Amino acid sequence: TMALRHKNTRRIEGLDSNVWVEFTKVAADPSIVNLGQGLPDISPPSYVKEELAKAAAVDRLNQYTRGFGHPSLVKALSQVYERVCGRKIDPLTDILVTVGAYGSLFSTIQALIEEGDEVIIIEPFYDCYEPMVKMAGAKPVFIPLRYKNDGNTASSADWVLDPAELANKFNSKTKAIILNTPHNPIGKVFTREELQVIADLCIKHDTLCISDEVYEWLVYKGNKHVKIATLPGMWERTITIGSAGKTYSVTGWKLGWSIGPQNLIKHLQVVHQNTLYTCPTPLQEALSQAFWIDYKRMDDPDCYFYSLSRELESKRDRMAQLLQEAGLKPVIPDGGYFMIVDVSTLNVDLSDVDEKQPYDYKFVKWMIRSKKLSAIPLSAFCGPETKRQFEKYIRFCFIKKDSTLDAAEGILKNWNKQTA
Amino acid sequence: RTHFLSLSLQAKMSRPVQARRLEGTDKNIWVEFVKLAATYSKVNLGQGFPDFPPPDFLKESFVRALSGENYMLHQYTRAFGHPPLVKILAQFFGKLLGRDLDPMTNVMVTVGAYQALFCCFQALVDKGDEVIIIEPFFDCYEPMVKMAGGTPVFVPLRLKAPKDGKLMSSADWQLDPAELASKFSERTKAIVLNSPNNPLGKVFSREELELIADLCVKHDVLCISDEVYEWLVYDGKEHIRIASLRGMWDRTVTIGSAGKTFSATGWKVGWTVGPNRLLQHLRTVHQNSVYHCATIAQEAVAQGFQRELELYGKPDSYFVQLPKELQQKRDWLVQSLDAVGMKPIIPEGTYFLVADISKFKSDVPDVPDSDEPYDSRFAKWMVKNKGLAAIPLSAFYSGAHKNSYNHFIRFCFAKEEATLKAANDILQKWEREKTSP
Repeated sequence: TMALRHKNTRRIEGLDSNVWVEFTKVAADPSIVNLGQGLPDISPPSYVKEELAKAAAVDRLNQYTRGFGHPSLVKALSQVYERVCGRKIDPLTDILVTVGAYGSLFSTIQALIEEGDEVIIIEPFYDCYEPMVKMAGAKPVFIPLRYKNDGNTASSADWVLDPAELANKFNSKTKAIILNTPHNPIGKVFTREELQVIADLCIKHDTLCISDEVYEWLVYKGNKHVKIATLPGMWERTITIGSAGKTYSVTGWKLGWSIGPQNLIKHLQVVHQNTLYTCPTPLQEALSQAFWIDYKRMDDPDCYFYSLSRELESKRDRMAQLLQEAGLKPVIPDGGYFMIVDVSTLNVDLSDVDEKQPYDYKFVKWMIRSKKLSAIPLSAFCGPETKRQFEKYIRFCFIKKDSTLDAAEGILKNWNKQTA
Repeated sequence: RTHFLSLSLQAKMSRPVQARRLEGTDKNIWVEFVKLAATYSKVNLGQGFPDFPPPDFLKESFVRALSGENYMLHQYTRAFGHPPLVKILAQFFGKLLGRDLDPMTNVMVTVGAYQALFCCFQALVDKGDEVIIIEPFFDCYEPMVKMAGGTPVFVPLRLKAPKDGKLMSSADWQLDPAELASKFSERTKAIVLNSPNNPLGKVFSREELELIADLCVKHDVLCISDEVYEWLVYDGKEHIRIASLRGMWDRTVTIGSAGKTFSATGWKVGWTVGPNRLLQHLRTVHQNSVYHCATIAQEAVAQGFQRELELYGKPDSYFVQLPKELQQKRDWLVQSLDAVGMKPIIPEGTYFLVADISKFKSDVPDVPDSDEPYDSRFAKWMVKNKGLAAIPLSAFYSGAHKNSYNHFIRFCFAKEEATLKAANDILQKWEREKTSP
């Protein structure tokens, strides 16, 4: 009986494995050029680090702050997003600060999703959406982005939803759709027209929209990030999620936020007060100061929101070039800091590898071992039906310093040479 | 347009938007009392946090971590706990529990002890499970059990009258063994233990812990042991870890807090220690809810523990210094309260003290048929009219039992001497105004 009693609860049945736990372990070896997990190896801006040092020196900032978000931070967030959204945002009722955007996704799903609900997830998807929906007892309903182009250079814009197929996924059980724009892993920046198609369906079926916009500032020339919450009829049914980690290159600060109407945010706040209650104080204070600095220069190209994007665009272009020179056809992202590439053209024969894993898992493991370069397999970001479709793609992260990209270049240039 | 909606859509729109798991979990005493303290209090002895800073060595560790050459400390670390921190925690608690601990599988870092509790309930409590909670209790246990679909089963600590002339002690609050045993059923999944206990300050004795342990073993029940105040024990009392009792390691998750250990509640670093068989499920919840905890604070706490490991048991150890300082503060507050006729219950541990305010009841008349417990109305009146913030004891009771002991309030004494003196002045003035015509 002892073994039975100490079994896990039903809500986490089957949710124990995780692509990151598997691949971050494998890539932890410092001799491996790590373009896998999405974390910058560039330094955060110096003023961000300075603000944290200043905050930690203030005695009371080492003690608890307001549970739903440190006052100066929610004030700063409301100012920045009022400007972006063109509407009034109440810092106390319309915002919740969470432990990373991850925490916002969790709070939103726990607050608003339950058994009997369906939640539409667009494939490929940031992998936590599926287990979080399942943990809430609901059913994920998948719809893939489909590649639609005959041209030579693939772009993230070539990956689109089929409107009729999307409409078919909505029914009376559909509680929410999860949107991620700019999109991880493809880098797609949904256009206003594409968002309107989704919005129309949300309104027609009275569906909520959970909009993961962590890469909102990272959009490249010719593209504009559009917030679905600003479309008519959408503010009242949308939770928009942001991330300090992605905004300021400080993934290790684990601060994120949910913004939306009071009647939805209040339920997220209830989840928050019953899960971790409050987020760390000095980090929130430092983040609020950083936001004030950049809020004041939002009309200035030196604002970090824009300067980071410019810096990343040249890294994107360099990464694309390296992959092309190695004979690959990368999908050029319009936003975000990931790039996917079809590796089947390299014809690496892995049929002798025993494991029953998809091709891309086997490929990445082989690549780590024999080329000392890591990436993430795309099938980690797919539901069961589409794994076959995406198993020839792998994802590279390019928010890396020059020396890392130099090392990647070295490996890709020597790809066809035999390794020891 | 609404009359064109299908029936199923109308049904959907008439349902509440929020999930049923939130039912009965939305009320929270802190939201209200923190706001009142912020608005009215001149002296805040309410919410439990120190008004003195963390020790210098800890602040220095933090600054070193964030300004060092290694800027990668601003990026994600290992999800289940920053390697230097889990290693030192495994070493430290392994020593205390007399056991070899694997940092990777027997320790998990969380966002404060609060999130550790959440992971325990989500991982181990299913719909229909009963969880025994000892009253009075840190208020989050009840909504967390409910959110996990479990049924809280309460068992009270009962106040035994102290010897004549003596002040009450937290040791006078005891479980009735037969009553406790009667709460265990075949549906009992876990018991939540909090020692040292918030709000009373009770430090469970070995005999009391063995009583609980025997029942856990007999009924094959898990123990969630909230030991955040483990270092704050006074008068030479010993904090005993229930996981070290016979038969308990395999069924216990022990929870700790850097916030309480190092007087840095705003850092929100906590941890769980336990057998892999239980921690593996906590890890599953963690990776599907917050995934990573902030890196820099973990690095600093690791260095803090390294220092404490080297100084363990020595006079310079913060774990020796802090309880010494707090015991003095406890004694000052006891004196202040006793002098004006508020009867303190001397806590054996924690930085909380509960006092009987019966002598001051005339200031706040009873309102029969009021939904609100007397002590809550009293505490609100006190902060608004006297500028002194405290928390009503009824906040730490389940709904049905809020009037069990409704003339007690809880004070936090982890405060600078000046704060405690200011509290004393308020109490003195109040008593003078009461007794003068």
